[in-house]
Amino acid sequence: MSATGSTGGGRLRWGVADSLVIARRDLMKFVRIPALFVFSIVQPLMFVLLFRYVFGGAIAGLPAGLDYVNFLLPGIFVQTAIFGSTQTGIGLAEDLSSGIVDRFRSLPMARSAVLVGRTTTDLVRNLVVVLLMIAIGYVVGFSFGNGFVSALVAIGLTVMIGFSFSWISATIGLAIKDTESVQAATFTWVFPLTFVSTALVPIGGMPAVLEAVARNNPVTIWANTVRVLTAGDQALAALPTETLAGLILKSTAWIVAILMVFVPLAVRQYRNLS
Amino acid sequence: MTGPIIRAEGLAKRFGEVEALRAVDLAVEPGTVFGLLGPNGAGKTTSVRIFTTLLTPDTGRAEVAGFDVVRDAVALRGVVGLAGQSAAVDANLTGSENLEMVGRLYHLPRAEAKRRAGEVLERFGLSEAGDRPARTYSGGMRRRLDLGASLVARPKVLFLDEPTTGLDPRSRLDVWAMIRELREEGITLLLTTQYMEEADQLTDRIAVIDLGSVIAEGTADELKARIGGEVLEVAPQDRALADDVASALQGVGGEAKVDERAGRVRIPVGGDAAGVLVEAVRRLDAARIRIGDIALHRPTLDDVFLSLTGHVAEDGSVEEPAPASSGRRRRS
Repeated sequence: MSATGSTGGGRLRWGVADSLVIARRDLMKFVRIPALFVFSIVQPLMFVLLFRYVFGGAIAGLPAGLDYVNFLLPGIFVQTAIFGSTQTGIGLAEDLSSGIVDRFRSLPMARSAVLVGRTTTDLVRNLVVVLLMIAIGYVVGFSFGNGFVSALVAIGLTVMIGFSFSWISATIGLAIKDTESVQAATFTWVFPLTFVSTALVPIGGMPAVLEAVARNNPVTIWANTVRVLTAGDQALAALPTETLAGLILKSTAWIVAILMVFVPLAVRQYRNLS
Repeated sequence: MTGPIIRAEGLAKRFGEVEALRAVDLAVEPGTVFGLLGPNGAGKTTSVRIFTTLLTPDTGRAEVAGFDVVRDAVALRGVVGLAGQSAAVDANLTGSENLEMVGRLYHLPRAEAKRRAGEVLERFGLSEAGDRPARTYSGGMRRRLDLGASLVARPKVLFLDEPTTGLDPRSRLDVWAMIRELREEGITLLLTTQYMEEADQLTDRIAVIDLGSVIAEGTADELKARIGGEVLEVAPQDRALADDVASALQGVGGEAKVDERAGRVRIPVGGDAAGVLVEAVRRLDAARIRIGDIALHRPTLDDVFLSLTGHVAEDGSVEEPAPASSGRRRRS
């Protein structure tokens, strides 16, 4: 009747196949309700325009030789990926309340597929949004100044940041379960996390306490890394204690650490749904 | 396979303070339609969720098609279908996309999933709507799609959780016809309902469940025969006088059951039913209670339920705490 795959290889194969079925289903939502996708671009676009043109002129302490637009956009990429990942938890909460998760849980599919499919969908969507942000960046004066490979690494790093945050978001969504509450809960931590960092402004202008927080915020490490990857030496010169390899290593370590904590947490919560 | 295809022994489940199920025993023979009848909060949905592996029991054990609901959960999911308030369709996918997706998740090959999706759409009268998002469907169409989704993999056992709740009368009859068809095909069905008529019309056997326990089991006729004879039903013009009616009629037949909400009194009567009717009219006249309606009828499942539990089935007031996965949906 149906193959359920008891061997390890079989399980992995079905896990991948089931996740793809779910990812396709999740992506169809953006095809059927295009407005949802449009709104995931509007917010980062607003941030680009507001910071580039409203705050841009007032921001001091930029690394020597680096325009604010080239300082800002890498931070916007990171922020966009993190904001975008909040959709993971909201989508899961919606699926829980509609009852479709009950249907999935009654099927002989891999239990991880609902989460893997959803986070994969959000990774794809994040990639598209980041590519659009790069295009918009070029319109307002941004440009990659450190070569093609570095640009690709910057994009890859950015979507992986979003992917790791999708698992945090999934954990929150499965814990809170109510769509509106998930939305409200998410913004209470996502805003301070991305703003108290070097994503949008240099660290020098912050009060001492915030500066200490910002220095140890992984968003700072990610924003610095993406900035060095896109802008090159001028960005690196402002970080005398860092090297590009060191930044990439630290950025990756944070992503791996988040995944190692939150993938098992989210999967366990999904398994223990009642 | 010999013996019951669904079997439960001493199933119990507690949500915090609430005992949703206490020691439920059930046995369902292959190829039959089994009804789980009870008010909201009786434990019907909890039972279905245990049989379909969405919940694990605290104590007791259950088997479906030879698979243990805990130990063999994965294999069990391959041979059962679930529809009704416990499951749903994706509103953003079309009817055929929904069915194909479910087929693929049952691990049918792509072409086979597509073919069966077409068959199911055809069978449930959804072929024309098959390429429209389910969001645009009426309640009845959605329920048919939901039922169809549970059939894509041709399950041996189908669990229908309140399959007609919230449907208009016409759609309800459609769903009834489909359930009868499935039974003809040899699928075993377990359905939950709070409607007596539905249990009476569709099921081979019924378990009456109230406050987490099975309080009676048998065919509809067996359950009705427990009351025996006929039932005298009296409704005073002034509903508030139902208790007065009961005391005026003390001793004319069996023990009177008062449905205060509906303002009706039911009294089982054996032997000379017509004589009891005359006596009842005389006594009510003497007590100066104006009669709105008085009649003798064969016992219905309503009478059975009332005599077993002391309350009518559709008047359940105990609400189970909604299991966490789908907080806003009503449970029973």
